[in-house]
This record gives sequence, structure tokens and C-alpha cells, in this order.
Amino acid sequence: MEHVLKTHKVNKHFRKPVDFHVLKDIDISVQKGEFVSIMGKSGCGKSTLLYILSTMDTDYEGDLYLNGENISGLPAERLAFIRNKHIGFVFQFHYLLGEFTVLENVMLPAQKLGERTHDEIVARAMEILEMLHIAHLAPKLARRISGGEKQRVAIARALINDPDILMGDEPTGNLDSHNSANVLQIFKRLKKEKGLSLLIVTHDEDFARQTDRTIHMEDGKIAQQ
Amino acid sequence: MINWKVILGIARKHLLSKLKSTVTATLGVTFGIMAYITLVSFMTGLNQMLDDLILNQTPHVHLYNEIRPSDEQPIALNKTFSPGEHIIHNIKPKYEDRKIYNGLPLLNYLKTLPEVKGATPRLGAQIFYLSGSIELGGTLTGIDIQEEVRLSSFGDYIVSGTPDALKNTENGILLGAGLAKKMSLSPGDRLQISTVKGDVYPLKVVGYYQSGIADIDNIQSYVNLKTAQRILGENNNYITDINVKLYDLAKAPAMAADIERLFDVEARDIQEANAQFETGTSIRNLITYAVSITLLIVAGFGIYNILNMLIYEKMNDIAILKAIGFTGKDVQMIFMSQAMIIGFIGGVSGLLIGWIFSLLIDQVPFNTEALPTITTYPINFNPWYYAIGITFALVSTFVAGYLPAKKAKKIDAVQIIRGN
Repeated sequence: MEHVLKTHKVNKHFRKPVDFHVLKDIDISVQKGEFVSIMGKSGCGKSTLLYILSTMDTDYEGDLYLNGENISGLPAERLAFIRNKHIGFVFQFHYLLGEFTVLENVMLPAQKLGERTHDEIVARAMEILEMLHIAHLAPKLARRISGGEKQRVAIARALINDPDILMGDEPTGNLDSHNSANVLQIFKRLKKEKGLSLLIVTHDEDFARQTDRTIHMEDGKIAQQ
Repeated sequence: MINWKVILGIARKHLLSKLKSTVTATLGVTFGIMAYITLVSFMTGLNQMLDDLILNQTPHVHLYNEIRPSDEQPIALNKTFSPGEHIIHNIKPKYEDRKIYNGLPLLNYLKTLPEVKGATPRLGAQIFYLSGSIELGGTLTGIDIQEEVRLSSFGDYIVSGTPDALKNTENGILLGAGLAKKMSLSPGDRLQISTVKGDVYPLKVVGYYQSGIADIDNIQSYVNLKTAQRILGENNNYITDINVKLYDLAKAPAMAADIERLFDVEARDIQEANAQFETGTSIRNLITYAVSITLLIVAGFGIYNILNMLIYEKMNDIAILKAIGFTGKDVQMIFMSQAMIIGFIGGVSGLLIGWIFSLLIDQVPFNTEALPTITTYPINFNPWYYAIGITFALVSTFVAGYLPAKKAKKIDAVQIIRGN
């Protein structure tokens, strides 16, 4: 099986206010087309790990492989490009640009990548919005739509550049059960229809149970995977 | 690689969503540039006017014969008294004609020099003005009126009558305005003048000359060079002064030294004659720039504050942009372009409003005895100041935007996202 994402002995310390060894020799991997969830108590370091995996946090020791390529220690510009092209990210608090329309929010990463023409990007964005049943929201301002809708827009934005892996930091943590179920269904469909790899941090046991594999973390270590 | 279309799109959205702050910041720049343009146009216009007041009446190089004792006394030529200390009491200058030797050939030679714009002959004489029982002392200068008008703004100071009227009237006189008032003479009237030797000569008033300096206007009058020569009973190569106008004022001292070395004549350059006037000009310019730069710095701080505020408000946006693949540099450019847009719009509107203000001031009546040709406040519409204005607007907004933008570049996205 091919690994989309793999870590080798990742360690991280929080240095302020006192030295704290938050991640200890993390070795995990996500295979192509796999839907993996990470569970653990608050403060066990699961979000910290996710931000390292997403390349946003570069202050760690160890190696991080994306599609077999070691991407730890690459320059910031290169990491930004990798985030843009290969990684889709969904936050707990549906982070959208409030002054932009839904469509513009979704288009933004593709415009940054600049590999497609404007018309192609619009068509692609609309296609994704339709797939997530939110095409009717396209012209609305992002701050004027409901929380569940925002999270689906955020997922659409994460998908615009056809990433290799979609990461989520408790993407359902802030949603009611109906919307949570909805998001979960979307994730499952993406895996099934597009063969997308997913790595989702969650608190929700029900959510985790429906994924292919759950990685349990405890005190900065992998307890079970 | 920076995708400017996307960057500028985001910058525009930010600016439009905070329209009030944007307008405030822009107005700050506008005000600064407007004040700079208005001030500098007005101040330099006034400066120019004051300079002209002096420059127009002072030739760049003035050639004349000075009466003074000989530098070489006869005793120095006698070898029997050498070596030795010569002590001579009561040295007196010998009689010397006031005319410039070989005046006309010298004049023609000067006219052939490439740096000389023109040279005019003059003949100055002490005379008395006689009008009825009044007898006033004064000076009469014979001039080549056409050359004077071409080379200086002499024509501007003829407040009544025309230069041509003098040229075409053989015994015409351009009377000093003060004299005309004292003797209550108007154009067309006749007056008599008497030379120092006692010859009386009738002249016809063709116009008034008003320099704006009362001491001059009360004694000075002008006639044609030929008329002056005839009044004094001299032939047509008798001239006492030559006024030289150069293309470049700065060459005057070197030129004066050259002429003194080559010819037996005194040559005084304009800088020697008006040393203090340059100082006044540069100090006035300094004040103008100090005020303008202060205004622009104040505007710059306004932009700095507003961009700083904007960045605090947009922390989340910055974090999102970084999370979805925008580099720190992209984010920096977003904020820099906001600053530059503010600077550009503010600068251009500042230039425009400043220009309109200058036009308004240019319409305000300003009458002064000293400057007969000036009817409104003088304004200098030098395009150079507009170039400086827009450059300063862009540079100051660049500096004001740089620090906040740098801060935005360095913001750690993880901290912001996790902080919530």
C-alpha cells in the first residue's frame, strides 16, 4: 500500500513557559484512500500533531513524508506551495474570509495556485459546491450563512485543488448532530467516490467509529493505531 | 511567484470593507500632499517674485570704469629707490574719463561669446530736472531700449507708455514714476534737463518707469543712448557701462574675472553684488520643505496606525490565507499594496486639490507698488513639485506600510487558529 502521509520519530517541545515534551516519537502513516481519525483526551497533543502534519508548524524534530518525499525542513515558500496544492484543511471554527462570497472563498486556493484559468476555477468551484449541495449559497457573503453551511464551504475550499489528503481539526466539534452527520457523510462520500485520503482529529466516538481506522493518543504518545 | 491579481483582489476587498478607515488614511495623505503642493507653489512663486525684483534690475556682469588711485605709483618704477620701503602720503586718483575704453569693440566681442545671452551699452549721467521753478537732481541713463526689453524684464516696469514709444521719439524720456508725481508730469508733457556743465536740453515725456524702489524712482530716468550722447556732447562710442546677461547665472563670477583680466575695465558679477539674496532664497525654501515634510510625516503616521489596526482586525484572515497556501510574502504584499493604493489615491487627489488651490490663490488680487506687473499672488506651477509630491506620497506610505506588513508576514497561523 502507498503512503500518502508518514511520520518518523516526530518529537515536539513547547518551550514556553516551561519545557514540555508534547509529542514523543510519533510514527504514524495514512495510506492512499484511507479515512483515519485521531482520538485522545484534551491536551494529549493530537491537534499539535495535526498542525505539524499540515506543515503549518515547522518547529519539531523528526521526519515528515508526503507522497514519499521528505518535506521536513523545507523552506517556508515550498511548504506554502505544498499546503496549497496537496493538503486540504478544515478547521473546527469554519474559518472563512467573511467579506468574500462563498464562491470567492472556495476559489481562493486555486487562484493562488494559478494552474487553471479563471473560468475553469469558477466551473470547478461550482461543481464542488453542487456536490456538497450548497451551490445556491455561491453568491452570498461568507459571514451571512449558517454554521453548518460554513463548514461545508470550508470543505469545498479544501477540495478545490484536488488535494492528496484532507485534514480536519475537529471539523464537527462545533456543529449540531444533524450537521455533524452531514459532514461525516460528505467525508465518506469523498473517500468512496474520489479515493481521497482523510485524517481527522475528533472527540466524537460515533464519528471515529465510522472511520476506517482510529489512532488513539495518550500523553503525547501513540497508544494504539 | 506572486499572483498579483489575487493579491490585489484581496487588498481591494479589505480596503472597501473598512471604507471609513481607508478614507481617513487616504485623506491624511491627500491633506499632506495638498498642503505641500499649495505651500511650495505659493512660497516658491513669492520667492521667484522677490528674486526677480533684484535679478531683473541687476545685470549678471556689470562693466564700468571706477575712479580710484593707481595701483602702481611712479616711485616703484624708479630702480634707484629699490630695494626699499616706499612711503607716499596723500595719494589722489588722477582724472579719468568715465567712459569705457574701446566700449563698442568690447561690446561686440562680448556678444560673440557662447555663454552670453546679450550685452547692452549704457551711458549714465548726473543731471538736473527742470520743470517750471522746480530743479531736481537725478540721473539720466541712455539705453538701447530694444535690447533691454529683450534681455531683462525692463518692459514690465514701464507702467505708462511703451518701449517703442521711446525708441521712436528721438528726444523722448521715460520718467521715473516718483519724479513724474513730484513734477506732476504726464505722458506728452515736456520738461527740460540741465547737464552738470549747464547745457539745457528739452525732452518729451513718453512714459513712466517704476522699479518699485522709491529711491530709484525719485531720481532715475531713461532716454535713448544716442540722445544721452548728444545731451552730453559726446560721440557715439561713448558708453560708461555695459550690462551682460548670461544664459547661466552661475557662470557670472568666472566671466567677470575673465573680463577684468583681459580688458582695462571693472567687472562686477551679480553674486558679488547681491550675496545676501541667495541666502534668503535658500532659507525660505528650507522652511517650505520643513513644513511640507512635517505634514507628510503626520500623514504617514496616520497610515501606519490604520494599517496596524487593520492587521489586528484581519488576524484570522491572515491565518486562513497562510493555512490555504499563501506565503508570508503574499500576505506582506497584500498589506503593502493596501498602503500603496492609499498612497497613490491620496497622492494623486492631493496633487489635484493642491493644483486647484494654487489656481485659486493665483486669482487672489495682490497689488503692490513695488511690482507694477503683478496683479495677483504669484504661483509657481513647476511640474517638478508635482513629481516630488507624488514620490513623497508613495515613499511615505511605503515606509508606513512596511512595518505592519512585515508583522503580518511573520504572524504564526497556528497560534491564531489554535488560540480560538
